[in-house]
Amino acid sequence: MNNIIFSYSIRFIVLVLVQVLILNQINFLGSINPYLYVIFICLFQVNNNRMVFLFLSFLLGLTIDVFSDSGGVHAAASVTIGFIRPVVLKFCFGSVYEHQTIKFKNVDFGAKIFYFIIMVLIHHLILFLFEIFNLSEILLILKKTLFSGIFTILLCVVTSIIFSRKT
Amino acid sequence: MQQIINFFLRNKVFLLYLFLMFLATVFTIQSHSYHKSRFINSANFLTGGIYNSVNDVQSFFNLRHQNKLLQEENNYLKSILYNSQGELKNAYDSTQILGNYKFTPARIIKNSYALSNNVLTLNKGKKDSIKQDFGVITSKGILGIIDKTSKNYATVLSILNTNIKISAQLKNTNHFGSLIWDTKSPNIVQLTEISKIAPLKKGDTIITSGRSIIFPKGIRIGTIENFKLDDAENFYTINVKLFNDMTNIEHVYIIENRSKEEINSLLNNE
Repeated sequence: MNNIIFSYSIRFIVLVLVQVLILNQINFLGSINPYLYVIFICLFQVNNNRMVFLFLSFLLGLTIDVFSDSGGVHAAASVTIGFIRPVVLKFCFGSVYEHQTIKFKNVDFGAKIFYFIIMVLIHHLILFLFEIFNLSEILLILKKTLFSGIFTILLCVVTSIIFSRKT
Repeated sequence: MQQIINFFLRNKVFLLYLFLMFLATVFTIQSHSYHKSRFINSANFLTGGIYNSVNDVQSFFNLRHQNKLLQEENNYLKSILYNSQGELKNAYDSTQILGNYKFTPARIIKNSYALSNNVLTLNKGKKDSIKQDFGVITSKGILGIIDKTSKNYATVLSILNTNIKISAQLKNTNHFGSLIWDTKSPNIVQLTEISKIAPLKKGDTIITSGRSIIFPKGIRIGTIENFKLDDAENFYTINVKLFNDMTNIEHVYIIENRSKEEINSLLNNE
């Protein structure tokens, strides 16, 4: 148990540092940044205490917010995907999830990418809705969601391939 | 009573979600309003410390460019100094200069230009008597206004921020308006409310007007890129190309207006 807490803490800190020190400064084509920290929420273990998980998602988003002076936009987006994750899991993995035996390293690769796509797009949509905070700019919001989303999904998939331990 | 408790227990996850979402929304709204007290800012010792130590390393790779900028500025100042007769004799003795404005040098430790509300972090804070509403400029032009300060760090609302409005004017005539940003490009800001009769030309210089007590008059901002009349055809909206390269700034100066309190108390008495 302690081992799990330790490894998740390390993952939390490393993802925050990578996000604020490297990824937030990419600004590809002006303003496109990947938000890799979402992978922490996506790949959190499935049989968890939902209250703790929700709170952790919020804390992760808020930490990114403090670093980037953005109020509460990352916190709102993170806590939302933390909340709807069970629904998305059920939708993407179906029966495997029902039996609570899901392990991210041995699920179907296609389903896993589909799962990343849904989570990342919802996260980015809420993120940019809150950041721009103006519904009349909805086209700009959708554009940013799409471009940043593609970037994030690519990075999430690559990261999960590199760091998945084959047994 | 039992039923109420049961309701809370059954929906505790949803209620926690609503509560956290509410908190996040409050923080977001605060960050969208000018100078609201908020505790989510990067001028605290943890984020400031991390940014500062990382910037110590990063700034190495930019030394040549920054040196060149500083040399250009020195060159400009020297040419003013030695071309003016007599009156600036004591300019090298800083104790002799007791002007209205006090300048403090600082370094940007976190830059940001890609969001719609950009906030920068500086390595000077309350310890160096930096307070809210001080102006910040670079050697080339205007940068922003101090927002939050901690002991060692301060945040700056950049001019690339939709919450900020700065009074600016044409250099040739005294027509003035306010400077805003439409979030489209980090090099272009908009000068609005310039009256229709103002003579405009592409390439004209825009400077601060000195009508607010934050910036002195005459700080360079940028040149006119293009302009058009607004829908009511009473005022011009001008696209201003900034002198500053907002994506690459390091050394800045913080301006304190020494007579600010006197002016404020005068305004409040009326």
